[in-house]
Amino acid sequence: MADTVETKYTAKDFKSDQEVRWCPGCGDHAVLSSVQRALADMGIPKEKFAFISGIGCSSRFPYYMDTYGFHSIHGRASAIASGVKTANPDLSVWQITGDGDALAIGGNHFIHAIRRNIDINIILFNNEIYGLTKGQYSPTSTKGLVTKTSPFGTVEEPFSVGELVIGAKGKFFARTVDTNIALSTQIYSEAAKHNGTSVIEVLQNCVIFNDGIHDVVADKEVRDDRTVILKHGQPMIFGKNGDKGLILEGLKLKVVTIGENGITKDKILVHDAVEPNPGIQYMLANMRYPEYPVALGVIRSVESVTYDKSLHNQINELKKSSKIKCMDDLLMSGSTWNVD
Amino acid sequence: MSKKSEVIEREEVVIRFSGDSGDGMQLTGTLFSDTAALFGNDLSTFPDYPAEIRAPQGTVGGVSGFQVHLGHSEINTPGDFSDVLVAMNPAAIKANAKWIKEGGTIIFDKDNFTEKNIEKAGYLKDPLKEEKLDSYNIIDAPISSMVKEALKDFGLDPKSVLRTKNMFALGMVYWLFDRKLDYTEEYFEKKFKGKPGIADANKVALRAGYYYAETIEALRPVYKINPAQIAKGTYRNISGNASTAWGFMAAAEKAGLDLFIGSYPITPATGILEELAARKDLGVISFQAEDEIAGICTALGASFAGKLAITSTSGPGLALKSEAIGLAVMAELPIVVVNVQRGGPSTGLPTKTEQADLMQALYGRNGECPVVVIAASTPSDCFNFAFEAARIALEHMTPVLLLTDSYLANGTEPWRIPSMKDLPEIKPPFADKTEIPFLPYKRDEEKLSRFWAVPGIPGLEHRIGGLEKTIKGTVSYVPENHELMVNLRAEKVARVVNEIPDLVVHGPQSGDVLVVGWGGSFGYLITAVRELQAEGHKVSLVNFNYINPLPKNVKDVFKRFKKIVVCELNLGQFADYLRIKHQEFKYDQINKVQGVPFTTNDIKEKCIKMLEE
Repeated sequence: MADTVETKYTAKDFKSDQEVRWCPGCGDHAVLSSVQRALADMGIPKEKFAFISGIGCSSRFPYYMDTYGFHSIHGRASAIASGVKTANPDLSVWQITGDGDALAIGGNHFIHAIRRNIDINIILFNNEIYGLTKGQYSPTSTKGLVTKTSPFGTVEEPFSVGELVIGAKGKFFARTVDTNIALSTQIYSEAAKHNGTSVIEVLQNCVIFNDGIHDVVADKEVRDDRTVILKHGQPMIFGKNGDKGLILEGLKLKVVTIGENGITKDKILVHDAVEPNPGIQYMLANMRYPEYPVALGVIRSVESVTYDKSLHNQINELKKSSKIKCMDDLLMSGSTWNVD
Repeated sequence: MSKKSEVIEREEVVIRFSGDSGDGMQLTGTLFSDTAALFGNDLSTFPDYPAEIRAPQGTVGGVSGFQVHLGHSEINTPGDFSDVLVAMNPAAIKANAKWIKEGGTIIFDKDNFTEKNIEKAGYLKDPLKEEKLDSYNIIDAPISSMVKEALKDFGLDPKSVLRTKNMFALGMVYWLFDRKLDYTEEYFEKKFKGKPGIADANKVALRAGYYYAETIEALRPVYKINPAQIAKGTYRNISGNASTAWGFMAAAEKAGLDLFIGSYPITPATGILEELAARKDLGVISFQAEDEIAGICTALGASFAGKLAITSTSGPGLALKSEAIGLAVMAELPIVVVNVQRGGPSTGLPTKTEQADLMQALYGRNGECPVVVIAASTPSDCFNFAFEAARIALEHMTPVLLLTDSYLANGTEPWRIPSMKDLPEIKPPFADKTEIPFLPYKRDEEKLSRFWAVPGIPGLEHRIGGLEKTIKGTVSYVPENHELMVNLRAEKVARVVNEIPDLVVHGPQSGDVLVVGWGGSFGYLITAVRELQAEGHKVSLVNFNYINPLPKNVKDVFKRFKKIVVCELNLGQFADYLRIKHQEFKYDQINKVQGVPFTTNDIKEKCIKMLEE
């Protein structure tokens, strides 16, 4: 993470002069707004932010941010962001990507950035559809989804973002909903503070090609009962009346109601995001409605040494210990001979 | 060390060490070359090995060779035909029979010429007879049994003992060429520090070979090649891959920037990544990426972040990098892509040389997508052209494609070490920190390069990317703007011509035939052309290093010759390119696509034919 200084910004300071061109009602507008709010309070000088994106609707994001930005090519944002951060660890690097960009064409770069634990923050807009190409199924589309390229329903199993992140040895995974600006802003701040690759999955609505795909859990009417917002050190309690919770039964999570069957509040699992063993976090990341509430918030946040730091430590140590200090030294090193 | 009855002074000699890929022939050749270089010979080497790390033992496909050409005068090629062949098995005879000079010397390990091995190599009974080589100077040394005997008290396992066979053979060759053993012995001490037993075993094998050669005196005559008359200075041996890596480091130092390499291992380019990964002491940031695409993309990210960024690859990898090169063209970021060419298409001949990626380098991208293309011509001048590629990329804010090839990458030659103070400063067009707002596509009036605003500078925040933009950096689909930007990017690359040297004519400025080459075939072409000149022919050579843009004086040079013949290791890509760029001339061609360099004879014979026509 970049050095923090006393700088007073408002969200407005991060708005570029470019007209925002996403469809009216697109979830991306809310994500942009949350990120701008979060950045204003991070205490990081504006010039230290770099936003890197791939291709897709969400990847237009950098144009709307008054920061350094690079809108690249399809799938490659993780690799480019890795290069930026490795070249200059002093920057706060943010990757903007979608389910197609990160998990299909860019899957390889995505998992390897996570495996290396490069200190970048990846905001993955998951709308379970290809929007920019006008409505084809994506690697996160529910099996059976009818789209233009799956007129009879898909026959593919979708990826679960959290499962993939943990499988790739990810140290930070969080999930939020596009329209929940308060939760999103808080998560972005936590991602920025985390040293290492932070992946934030945003359940984002594509108003044109997959409208309402997340409503079953994210709609105002039902969200309290169908999502659980996890907070480190707090019991996993949810529900309109705050009476539902999660317990561990055998090797599986189970939804219970406090006050029923002898369940008391102190029997509810307490969320531990910093536990290195990802067992329970993995189950939490994979909870799906209707069996479970969908987990939101920071699910996993484990500190570990980052790639960029390790690499630069190695460079600094070798610069100190090596006898070769400049090119002239190297040129004259080893076996040489003189011709007079 | 010993007196020799018959000593013949020779201007030059070619030696080829050949054996199974596990026989250590590359090391043997390298040690011999280093010893020759330290003695003061000029030389050129060419390692030639199979792609398989351990191909089936004893087969022709598994033969690994190392050729070295050393001389008293200037040496420009590893040589066509060898005066001495060291063959560790019958397959090595099979692979090299047609490359031995008539009447040359063949040293072979008699113990390894078993019925089984002879059959495996595709012979009936007697390889030398069957190849009609039996009248040559044949030394059938029982190398395997000699090392077993010499090392019987060392307590080594049989495998380790036999591993010193190559050193026995090397010892024989040292005697033949009247060389000292001290450099090689020092090498053993360094290499096997902490394993004195192994170091001593190698020394004993080396000396046993040396004394064996002396004792049998079969190796006649002894060749003496006096030191070459070369320019004063401090020298070292260097391979093309190492000098490429060093050229980039030198450019980074001259530009005051850190060097970043993002690469994925690929034969024969991996040496560049390895060399740079080892140079963290000079601040090199090396990133071994998950694939070729990530190699260039991490480099592009580093370039965006203000580093001298490069990526190294070979043909198939260049294909994978195409889209990202397009992004670099569009984003107008400095980056150097090194393509160490190998035999293609597809996986092709990974360890063999070819010059068939020229069109890919020039045109292998979508859209109007010009990049600067330059090519190095000798192992040591890879340093200069890597430096030059980096300088052009940084000062003109453009991707540059540097072409070398397998032959240059693995070949070595003595190199007069330059001093950093003699290299030019590199001045990238950094954005003016006070000019706010920063316009990402505002250009330098002369070079047309845009300015480089590196993240971290307050007030210069801006966005770039792969979509077409206006000068302000705003995405634009306006037809006239796109055409304007396409033209500006093309003109920016074209204007690099103002800073590149004129084409140099080797030989008379006019004549009957102009031999035209590019990049790595320089050594063979210059050798052939000099021989033709010495025989009285009006033949000259130009060898192109700057491919896009071409030097300004091409037309002026070409028009002074009656015939132009373009020689390249492909089916005529550069000739076709010249036909586009300079239509007013007629071009003959000499082409070869066998995965091996030209021989001097390939060029001479065809030139003589042309002169007679």
